[in-house]
Amino acid sequence: MLNRILGIVKKELLLEIRQKHTFYGILLYIASTIFVIYLSLSETPETTIWNTFFWIIQLFVCVNAIAKSFLQESKGRMLYYYTIASPIEFITAKLIFNVIIMWVMSMISLLLFFVFLGNPTTNSILFLVIVFIGGSGISLVFTLMSAIAAKAQQNAALVAIMGFPIILPQLMLLMKLSKVAFAEVFKNGAVIQLVGLSLLMNVLVVVLAMILFPFLWKE
Amino acid sequence: MNKSWWKILSFLLLIYTIIAGFLCNVPRLPILNETIRNLYFHVCMWFGMMILFGVSFYYSIKYLRTFQFKYDIYAHCFASVGSFMGILGYLTGFLWVNVTWITDQSQSIGSVLKEPKLIGAAIALLIYGAYFVLRDSFTDMDKRARTSAVYNIFAFAMLFPSIWIIPRIVGSLHPGAPGSDSGNPALDRKDLDASMRMVFYPAVIGWTLLGVWISTLKIRLSLLKDKIDSNE
Repeated sequence: MLNRILGIVKKELLLEIRQKHTFYGILLYIASTIFVIYLSLSETPETTIWNTFFWIIQLFVCVNAIAKSFLQESKGRMLYYYTIASPIEFITAKLIFNVIIMWVMSMISLLLFFVFLGNPTTNSILFLVIVFIGGSGISLVFTLMSAIAAKAQQNAALVAIMGFPIILPQLMLLMKLSKVAFAEVFKNGAVIQLVGLSLLMNVLVVVLAMILFPFLWKE
Repeated sequence: MNKSWWKILSFLLLIYTIIAGFLCNVPRLPILNETIRNLYFHVCMWFGMMILFGVSFYYSIKYLRTFQFKYDIYAHCFASVGSFMGILGYLTGFLWVNVTWITDQSQSIGSVLKEPKLIGAAIALLIYGAYFVLRDSFTDMDKRARTSAVYNIFAFAMLFPSIWIIPRIVGSLHPGAPGSDSGNPALDRKDLDASMRMVFYPAVIGWTLLGVWISTLKIRLSLLKDKIDSNE
Protein backbone atom coordinates (compact mmCIF):
# COMPACT_ATOMS: atom_id res chain seq x y z
CA MET A 1 0.00 0.00 0.00
CA LEU A 2 2.76 2.42 1.02
CA ASN A 3 4.63 1.54 -2.14
CA ARG A 4 1.68 2.35 -4.31
CA ILE A 5 1.08 5.66 -2.53
CA LEU A 6 4.72 6.63 -2.94
CA GLY A 7 4.56 5.52 -6.55
CA ILE A 8 1.70 7.86 -7.34
CA VAL A 9 3.37 10.72 -5.46
CA LYS A 10 6.54 10.10 -7.42
CA LYS A 11 4.65 10.04 -10.69
CA GLU A 12 2.99 13.36 -9.83
CA LEU A 13 6.33 14.92 -8.94
CA LEU A 14 7.88 13.65 -12.17
CA LEU A 15 4.95 15.02 -14.13
CA GLU A 16 5.41 18.37 -12.42
CA ILE A 17 9.11 18.42 -13.28
CA ARG A 18 8.54 17.35 -16.90
CA GLN A 19 5.67 19.74 -17.53
CA LYS A 20 7.45 22.78 -16.22
CA HIS A 21 5.00 25.26 -17.68
CA THR A 22 2.34 24.67 -15.00
CA PHE A 23 4.83 25.10 -12.18
CA TYR A 24 6.30 28.24 -13.71
CA GLY A 25 2.80 29.48 -14.36
CA ILE A 26 1.96 29.37 -10.67
CA LEU A 27 5.33 30.87 -9.82
CA LEU A 28 4.66 33.77 -12.15
CA TYR A 29 1.21 34.11 -10.63
CA ILE A 30 2.70 34.48 -7.15
CA ALA A 31 5.37 36.91 -8.30
CA SER A 32 3.01 39.15 -10.23
CA THR A 33 0.37 39.28 -7.47
CA ILE A 34 2.95 40.23 -4.87
CA PHE A 35 4.44 42.76 -7.28
CA VAL A 36 1.00 44.34 -7.74
CA ILE A 37 0.60 44.62 -3.98
CA TYR A 38 4.09 46.10 -3.71
CA LEU A 39 3.30 48.74 -6.33
CA SER A 40 -0.12 49.62 -4.98
CA LEU A 41 1.18 50.27 -1.46
CA SER A 42 3.20 53.44 -1.17
CA GLU A 43 5.17 52.25 1.86
CA THR A 44 5.87 48.96 3.60
CA PRO A 45 2.59 47.83 5.16
CA GLU A 46 2.02 47.54 8.86
CA THR A 47 1.92 44.08 10.40
CA THR A 48 -1.83 43.48 10.34
CA ILE A 49 -2.10 44.38 6.68
CA TRP A 50 1.00 42.37 5.85
CA ASN A 51 -0.47 39.37 7.61
CA THR A 52 -3.84 39.69 5.89
CA PHE A 53 -2.26 40.08 2.47
CA PHE A 54 -0.02 37.10 3.05
CA TRP A 55 -2.82 34.71 3.93
CA ILE A 56 -5.10 35.88 1.17
CA ILE A 57 -2.31 35.38 -1.36
CA GLN A 58 -1.77 31.90 0.10
CA LEU A 59 -5.43 31.16 -0.43
CA PHE A 60 -5.43 32.25 -4.06
CA VAL A 61 -2.17 30.51 -4.83
CA CYS A 62 -3.63 27.35 -3.38
CA VAL A 63 -6.83 27.62 -5.41
CA ASN A 64 -4.76 27.99 -8.57
CA ALA A 65 -2.12 25.39 -7.80
CA ILE A 66 -4.34 22.70 -6.29
CA ALA A 67 -7.49 23.14 -8.37
CA LYS A 68 -5.85 21.52 -11.35
CA SER A 69 -4.86 18.42 -9.42
CA PHE A 70 -8.02 16.57 -10.39
CA LEU A 71 -9.07 18.66 -13.34
CA GLN A 72 -6.05 17.71 -15.39
CA GLU A 73 -6.72 14.00 -15.09
CA SER A 74 -8.36 12.67 -18.20
CA LYS A 75 -11.06 10.03 -18.01
CA GLY A 76 -8.77 7.39 -19.45
CA ARG A 77 -6.07 8.07 -16.89
CA MET A 78 -8.56 7.89 -14.03
CA LEU A 79 -9.62 4.51 -15.35
CA TYR A 80 -6.00 3.43 -15.32
CA TYR A 81 -5.59 4.55 -11.68
CA TYR A 82 -8.74 2.62 -10.90
CA THR A 83 -7.03 -0.60 -11.97
CA ILE A 84 -3.77 -0.07 -10.10
CA ALA A 85 -4.74 1.58 -6.78
CA SER A 86 -7.51 1.72 -4.22
CA PRO A 87 -9.33 5.03 -3.72
CA ILE A 88 -7.76 5.53 -0.30
CA GLU A 89 -4.27 5.08 -1.70
CA PHE A 90 -5.05 7.45 -4.53
CA ILE A 91 -6.45 10.25 -2.36
CA THR A 92 -3.60 9.86 0.16
CA ALA A 93 -1.07 10.25 -2.62
CA LYS A 94 -2.89 13.31 -3.95
CA LEU A 95 -3.07 14.87 -0.48
CA ILE A 96 0.63 14.28 0.17
CA PHE A 97 1.63 15.64 -3.21
CA ASN A 98 -0.53 18.75 -2.87
CA VAL A 99 0.81 19.48 0.61
CA ILE A 100 4.35 19.28 -0.76
CA ILE A 101 3.49 21.61 -3.65
CA MET A 102 1.80 24.03 -1.27
CA TRP A 103 4.84 24.06 1.01
CA VAL A 104 7.10 24.92 -1.89
CA MET A 105 4.72 27.66 -3.05
CA SER A 106 4.41 29.03 0.49
CA MET A 107 8.17 29.27 0.86
CA ILE A 108 8.49 31.08 -2.44
CA SER A 109 5.73 33.54 -1.63
CA LEU A 110 7.14 34.10 1.86
CA LEU A 111 10.52 34.86 0.35
CA LEU A 112 8.97 37.30 -2.13
CA PHE A 113 7.00 38.93 0.68
CA PHE A 114 10.21 39.44 2.65
CA VAL A 115 11.92 40.93 -0.39
CA PHE A 116 9.14 43.22 -1.58
CA LEU A 117 7.10 44.05 1.49
CA GLY A 118 9.70 43.82 4.24
CA ASN A 119 9.89 41.42 7.14
CA PRO A 120 7.69 42.53 10.03
CA THR A 121 8.00 39.24 11.92
CA THR A 122 10.02 39.15 15.09
CA ASN A 123 10.33 35.39 14.99
CA SER A 124 10.68 34.27 11.39
CA ILE A 125 11.21 30.58 12.17
CA LEU A 126 7.99 30.47 14.17
CA PHE A 127 6.15 32.17 11.34
CA LEU A 128 7.55 29.62 8.91
CA VAL A 129 6.20 26.80 11.08
CA ILE A 130 2.77 28.45 11.13
CA VAL A 131 2.93 28.87 7.37
CA PHE A 132 3.63 25.17 6.99
CA ILE A 133 0.72 24.19 9.22
CA GLY A 134 -1.59 26.65 7.49
CA GLY A 135 -0.43 25.75 4.01
CA SER A 136 -1.08 22.08 4.59
CA GLY A 137 -4.55 22.84 5.97
CA ILE A 138 -5.54 24.96 2.98
CA SER A 139 -4.18 22.50 0.45
CA LEU A 140 -5.91 19.52 2.10
CA VAL A 141 -9.32 21.21 1.92
CA PHE A 142 -8.85 22.32 -1.66
CA THR A 143 -7.69 18.90 -2.80
CA LEU A 144 -11.04 17.45 -1.81
CA MET A 145 -12.88 20.43 -3.29
CA SER A 146 -11.02 19.85 -6.52
CA ALA A 147 -12.02 16.18 -6.47
CA ILE A 148 -15.67 17.19 -6.05
CA ALA A 149 -15.50 19.94 -8.68
CA ALA A 150 -13.90 17.57 -11.17
CA LYS A 151 -17.21 15.71 -11.22
CA ALA A 152 -19.08 18.85 -12.23
CA GLN A 153 -18.59 20.47 -15.59
CA GLN A 154 -17.81 24.15 -14.92
CA ASN A 155 -15.26 23.34 -12.31
CA ALA A 156 -12.59 26.00 -11.75
CA ALA A 157 -15.01 28.57 -10.38
CA LEU A 158 -16.79 25.93 -8.38
CA VAL A 159 -13.60 25.14 -6.43
CA ALA A 160 -13.53 28.70 -5.12
CA ILE A 161 -17.26 28.86 -4.41
CA MET A 162 -17.24 25.62 -2.43
CA GLY A 163 -13.88 26.04 -0.77
CA PHE A 164 -13.92 29.63 0.50
CA PRO A 165 -16.67 29.33 3.11
CA ILE A 166 -15.19 26.07 4.37
CA ILE A 167 -11.66 27.44 4.68
CA LEU A 168 -12.75 30.74 6.26
CA PRO A 169 -12.75 29.64 9.92
CA GLN A 170 -9.37 28.02 9.47
CA LEU A 171 -8.01 31.14 7.79
CA MET A 172 -9.25 33.32 10.64
CA LEU A 173 -7.60 30.96 13.07
CA LEU A 174 -4.31 31.15 11.16
CA MET A 175 -4.36 34.94 10.94
CA LYS A 176 -4.90 35.07 14.67
CA LEU A 177 -2.21 32.50 15.31
CA SER A 178 0.39 34.19 13.13
CA LYS A 179 0.22 37.25 15.36
CA VAL A 180 2.44 35.24 17.72
CA ALA A 181 5.26 35.72 15.27
CA PHE A 182 4.61 39.48 15.28
CA ALA A 183 5.48 39.67 18.98
CA GLU A 184 1.87 40.00 20.05
CA VAL A 185 1.37 38.74 23.57
CA PHE A 186 -1.12 35.90 23.99
CA LYS A 187 -2.90 34.53 26.99
CA ASN A 188 -1.16 31.61 28.68
CA GLY A 189 -1.81 28.42 26.74
CA ALA A 190 -3.74 30.17 23.97
CA VAL A 191 -1.04 29.48 21.41
CA ILE A 192 -1.01 25.76 22.14
CA GLN A 193 -4.79 25.80 21.90
CA LEU A 194 -4.76 27.51 18.51
CA VAL A 195 -2.02 25.27 17.10
CA GLY A 196 -3.83 22.21 18.40
CA LEU A 197 -7.08 23.38 16.88
CA SER A 198 -5.58 23.92 13.43
CA LEU A 199 -3.78 20.57 13.53
CA LEU A 200 -7.02 18.93 14.60
CA MET A 201 -8.81 20.54 11.66
CA ASN A 202 -6.18 19.08 9.33
CA VAL A 203 -6.67 15.62 10.80
CA LEU A 204 -10.43 16.01 10.41
CA VAL A 205 -10.06 16.91 6.73
CA VAL A 206 -7.79 13.93 6.07
CA VAL A 207 -10.19 11.53 7.79
CA LEU A 208 -13.20 12.95 5.93
CA ALA A 209 -11.32 12.77 2.64
CA MET A 210 -10.53 9.09 3.25
CA ILE A 211 -14.14 8.30 4.08
CA LEU A 212 -15.77 10.35 1.33
CA PHE A 213 -13.43 10.02 -1.63
CA PRO A 214 -14.35 6.38 -2.44
CA PHE A 215 -17.88 7.61 -3.21
CA LEU A 216 -16.58 10.12 -5.74
CA TRP A 217 -14.25 7.61 -7.27
CA LYS A 218 -16.78 4.97 -8.31
CA GLU A 219 -18.64 5.82 -11.43
CA MET B 1 -45.03 11.47 7.38
CA ASN B 2 -48.82 11.21 7.30
CA LYS B 3 -49.22 11.32 11.04
CA SER B 4 -50.67 14.69 11.83
CA TRP B 5 -50.35 15.06 15.59
CA TRP B 6 -47.06 16.92 15.38
CA LYS B 7 -48.47 19.33 12.84
CA ILE B 8 -51.28 20.18 15.25
CA LEU B 9 -48.72 20.41 18.05
CA SER B 10 -46.61 22.80 15.99
CA PHE B 11 -49.66 24.93 15.25
CA LEU B 12 -50.72 25.07 18.89
CA LEU B 13 -47.20 25.81 20.11
CA LEU B 14 -46.82 28.66 17.66
CA ILE B 15 -50.20 30.13 18.59
CA TYR B 16 -49.06 29.90 22.21
CA THR B 17 -45.67 31.45 21.33
CA ILE B 18 -47.22 34.40 19.56
CA ILE B 19 -49.89 35.11 22.16
CA ALA B 20 -47.73 34.50 25.22
CA GLY B 21 -44.69 35.99 23.56
CA PHE B 22 -46.37 39.31 22.99
CA LEU B 23 -48.57 39.48 26.07
CA CYS B 24 -46.78 37.77 28.95
CA ASN B 25 -44.63 39.56 31.43
CA VAL B 26 -40.93 39.87 30.60
CA PRO B 27 -38.07 41.24 32.69
CA ARG B 28 -37.48 44.94 32.13
CA LEU B 29 -33.83 45.30 31.19
CA PRO B 30 -31.97 48.44 30.16
CA ILE B 31 -31.36 48.84 26.39
CA LEU B 32 -33.23 45.61 25.62
CA ASN B 33 -36.60 46.79 26.97
CA GLU B 34 -39.47 45.13 25.15
CA THR B 35 -37.28 43.89 22.30
CA ILE B 36 -36.37 40.99 24.54
CA ARG B 37 -39.49 39.33 23.10
CA ASN B 38 -37.57 38.88 19.86
CA LEU B 39 -35.82 36.01 21.63
CA TYR B 40 -38.87 33.84 20.91
CA PHE B 41 -38.42 34.38 17.18
CA HIS B 42 -34.79 35.19 16.45
CA VAL B 43 -33.09 32.48 18.47
CA CYS B 44 -35.64 29.86 17.39
CA MET B 45 -34.77 30.48 13.74
CA TRP B 46 -31.15 29.52 14.40
CA PHE B 47 -32.17 26.46 16.35
CA GLY B 48 -34.44 25.46 13.50
CA MET B 49 -31.73 26.08 10.92
CA MET B 50 -29.14 24.00 12.73
CA ILE B 51 -31.55 21.14 13.31
CA LEU B 52 -32.70 21.13 9.68
CA PHE B 53 -29.09 21.19 8.46
CA GLY B 54 -28.42 18.30 10.79
CA VAL B 55 -31.33 16.36 9.32
CA SER B 56 -30.06 17.14 5.82
CA PHE B 57 -26.64 15.83 6.84
CA TYR B 58 -28.25 12.66 8.18
CA TYR B 59 -30.07 12.01 4.91
CA SER B 60 -26.91 12.63 2.90
CA ILE B 61 -25.18 9.91 4.88
CA LYS B 62 -28.21 7.71 4.41
CA TYR B 63 -28.09 8.31 0.67
CA LEU B 64 -24.46 7.26 0.44
CA ARG B 65 -25.24 4.09 2.38
CA THR B 66 -28.30 3.02 0.42
CA PHE B 67 -28.18 4.95 -2.88
CA GLN B 68 -31.92 5.48 -2.78
CA PHE B 69 -32.80 8.53 -4.76
CA LYS B 70 -35.46 9.82 -2.37
CA TYR B 71 -32.89 10.44 0.36
CA ASP B 72 -31.11 12.88 -1.91
CA ILE B 73 -34.36 14.80 -2.32
CA TYR B 74 -34.84 14.74 1.46
CA ALA B 75 -31.35 16.16 2.02
CA HIS B 76 -31.88 18.88 -0.57
CA CYS B 77 -35.27 20.01 0.78
CA PHE B 78 -34.16 20.07 4.40
CA ALA B 79 -31.11 22.11 3.44
CA SER B 80 -33.14 24.63 1.49
CA VAL B 81 -35.70 25.15 4.25
CA GLY B 82 -32.79 25.39 6.71
CA SER B 83 -31.23 28.15 4.64
CA PHE B 84 -34.57 29.92 4.51
CA MET B 85 -34.77 29.86 8.30
CA GLY B 86 -31.21 31.17 8.43
CA ILE B 87 -32.23 34.14 6.29
CA LEU B 88 -35.20 34.76 8.58
CA GLY B 89 -32.81 34.57 11.53
CA TYR B 90 -30.71 37.27 9.92
CA LEU B 91 -33.75 39.47 9.32
CA THR B 92 -35.02 39.18 12.88
CA GLY B 93 -31.49 39.74 14.15
CA PHE B 94 -31.17 42.81 11.99
CA LEU B 95 -34.23 44.37 13.58
CA TRP B 96 -32.77 43.61 16.98
CA VAL B 97 -29.38 45.07 16.15
CA ASN B 98 -31.01 48.32 15.08
CA VAL B 99 -32.42 49.03 18.51
CA THR B 100 -29.86 47.46 20.82
CA TRP B 101 -26.31 47.37 19.48
CA ILE B 102 -26.35 50.57 17.49
CA THR B 103 -26.07 53.14 20.22
CA ASP B 104 -25.78 56.34 18.24
CA GLN B 105 -26.92 57.15 14.76
CA SER B 106 -23.48 57.72 13.28
CA GLN B 107 -22.30 54.19 14.07
CA SER B 108 -22.16 52.16 10.89
CA ILE B 109 -23.79 48.75 10.65
CA GLY B 110 -20.57 47.32 9.22
CA SER B 111 -18.64 47.92 12.42
CA VAL B 112 -21.26 46.06 14.43
CA LEU B 113 -21.61 43.10 12.10
CA LYS B 114 -18.10 41.74 12.57
CA GLU B 115 -19.41 39.25 15.07
CA PRO B 116 -18.28 35.65 15.46
CA LYS B 117 -21.84 34.36 15.41
CA LEU B 118 -22.81 36.43 12.41
CA ILE B 119 -19.71 35.24 10.59
CA GLY B 120 -20.50 31.64 11.48
CA ALA B 121 -24.03 32.01 10.18
CA ALA B 122 -22.79 33.71 7.02
CA ILE B 123 -20.39 30.82 6.44
CA ALA B 124 -23.24 28.36 6.88
CA LEU B 125 -25.41 30.17 4.35
CA LEU B 126 -22.51 30.46 1.88
CA ILE B 127 -21.80 26.76 2.20
CA TYR B 128 -25.37 25.81 1.49
CA GLY B 129 -25.44 28.34 -1.36
CA ALA B 130 -22.46 26.50 -2.83
CA TYR B 131 -24.30 23.24 -2.25
CA PHE B 132 -27.24 24.41 -4.37
CA VAL B 133 -24.92 25.73 -7.10
CA LEU B 134 -23.10 22.41 -7.11
CA ARG B 135 -26.37 20.52 -7.49
CA ASP B 136 -27.47 22.66 -10.39
CA SER B 137 -24.25 22.13 -12.28
CA PHE B 138 -25.03 18.47 -12.95
CA THR B 139 -27.30 17.04 -15.56
CA ASP B 140 -26.80 13.43 -14.54
CA MET B 141 -29.12 12.63 -11.60
CA ASP B 142 -27.03 9.91 -10.01
CA LYS B 143 -23.79 11.87 -10.22
CA ARG B 144 -25.51 14.94 -8.82
CA ALA B 145 -26.92 13.06 -5.86
CA ARG B 146 -23.64 11.38 -5.01
CA THR B 147 -21.39 14.41 -5.38
CA SER B 148 -23.67 16.80 -3.54
CA ALA B 149 -24.06 14.29 -0.72
CA VAL B 150 -20.28 14.13 -0.39
CA TYR B 151 -20.06 17.92 -0.29
CA ASN B 152 -22.91 18.18 2.18
CA ILE B 153 -21.26 15.75 4.59
CA PHE B 154 -17.84 17.35 4.27
CA ALA B 155 -19.16 20.89 4.64
CA PHE B 156 -21.35 20.05 7.61
CA ALA B 157 -18.54 18.24 9.39
CA MET B 158 -16.19 21.18 8.81
CA LEU B 159 -18.74 23.88 9.57
CA PHE B 160 -20.15 22.86 12.89
CA PRO B 161 -16.95 22.51 14.89
CA SER B 162 -16.08 26.03 13.81
CA ILE B 163 -19.52 27.38 14.64
CA TRP B 164 -19.35 25.77 18.04
CA ILE B 165 -15.71 26.47 18.86
CA ILE B 166 -15.04 29.97 17.55
CA PRO B 167 -17.71 31.81 19.58
CA ARG B 168 -16.14 30.29 22.69
CA ILE B 169 -12.72 31.82 21.96
CA VAL B 170 -13.52 35.26 20.61
CA GLY B 171 -15.38 38.07 22.26
CA SER B 172 -18.86 38.89 21.07
CA LEU B 173 -21.76 41.22 21.63
CA HIS B 174 -24.10 38.29 21.87
CA PRO B 175 -24.90 37.17 25.40
CA GLY B 176 -22.67 34.45 26.75
CA ALA B 177 -19.39 35.55 25.16
CA PRO B 178 -16.15 34.98 27.10
CA GLY B 179 -15.73 37.75 29.60
CA SER B 180 -19.42 38.14 30.24
CA ASP B 181 -21.19 36.60 33.21
CA SER B 182 -22.44 33.38 31.71
CA GLY B 183 -20.43 30.50 30.37
CA ASN B 184 -22.32 28.98 27.50
CA PRO B 185 -22.55 31.08 24.33
CA ALA B 186 -25.48 29.11 22.97
CA LEU B 187 -27.84 28.56 25.80
CA ASP B 188 -27.48 29.14 29.50
CA ARG B 189 -30.20 28.47 32.00
CA LYS B 190 -28.89 31.19 34.27
CA ASP B 191 -29.30 33.78 31.52
CA LEU B 192 -32.94 33.28 30.99
CA ASP B 193 -35.66 34.33 33.36
CA ALA B 194 -37.99 31.50 34.42
CA SER B 195 -41.02 33.22 32.93
CA MET B 196 -39.27 33.52 29.59
CA ARG B 197 -38.18 29.90 29.58
CA MET B 198 -41.84 28.93 29.73
CA VAL B 199 -42.32 30.50 26.32
CA PHE B 200 -38.87 30.03 24.82
CA TYR B 201 -38.61 26.24 24.90
CA PRO B 202 -42.06 25.63 23.39
CA ALA B 203 -41.22 28.28 20.79
CA VAL B 204 -38.06 26.43 19.75
CA ILE B 205 -39.99 23.20 19.35
CA GLY B 206 -42.84 24.91 17.53
CA TRP B 207 -40.68 26.71 14.99
CA THR B 208 -38.54 23.65 14.36
CA LEU B 209 -41.61 21.51 13.77
CA LEU B 210 -42.92 24.15 11.38
CA GLY B 211 -39.62 23.97 9.49
CA VAL B 212 -39.89 20.19 9.29
CA TRP B 213 -43.50 20.52 8.12
CA ILE B 214 -42.54 22.88 5.29
CA SER B 215 -39.71 20.53 4.36
CA THR B 216 -42.01 17.52 4.15
CA LEU B 217 -44.36 19.46 1.88
CA LYS B 218 -41.42 20.38 -0.34
CA ILE B 219 -40.26 16.78 -0.35
CA ARG B 220 -43.68 15.51 -1.41
CA LEU B 221 -43.80 18.08 -4.18
CA SER B 222 -40.34 17.13 -5.45
CA LEU B 223 -41.12 13.42 -5.34
CA LEU B 224 -44.32 13.97 -7.33
CA LYS B 225 -42.50 16.15 -9.86
CA ASP B 226 -39.91 13.46 -10.18
CA LYS B 227 -42.63 10.85 -10.79
CA ILE B 228 -44.20 12.97 -13.53
CA ASP B 229 -40.81 13.52 -15.15
CA SER B 230 -40.04 9.83 -15.20
CA ASN B 231 -43.47 8.96 -16.65
CA GLU B 232 -43.11 11.32 -19.57
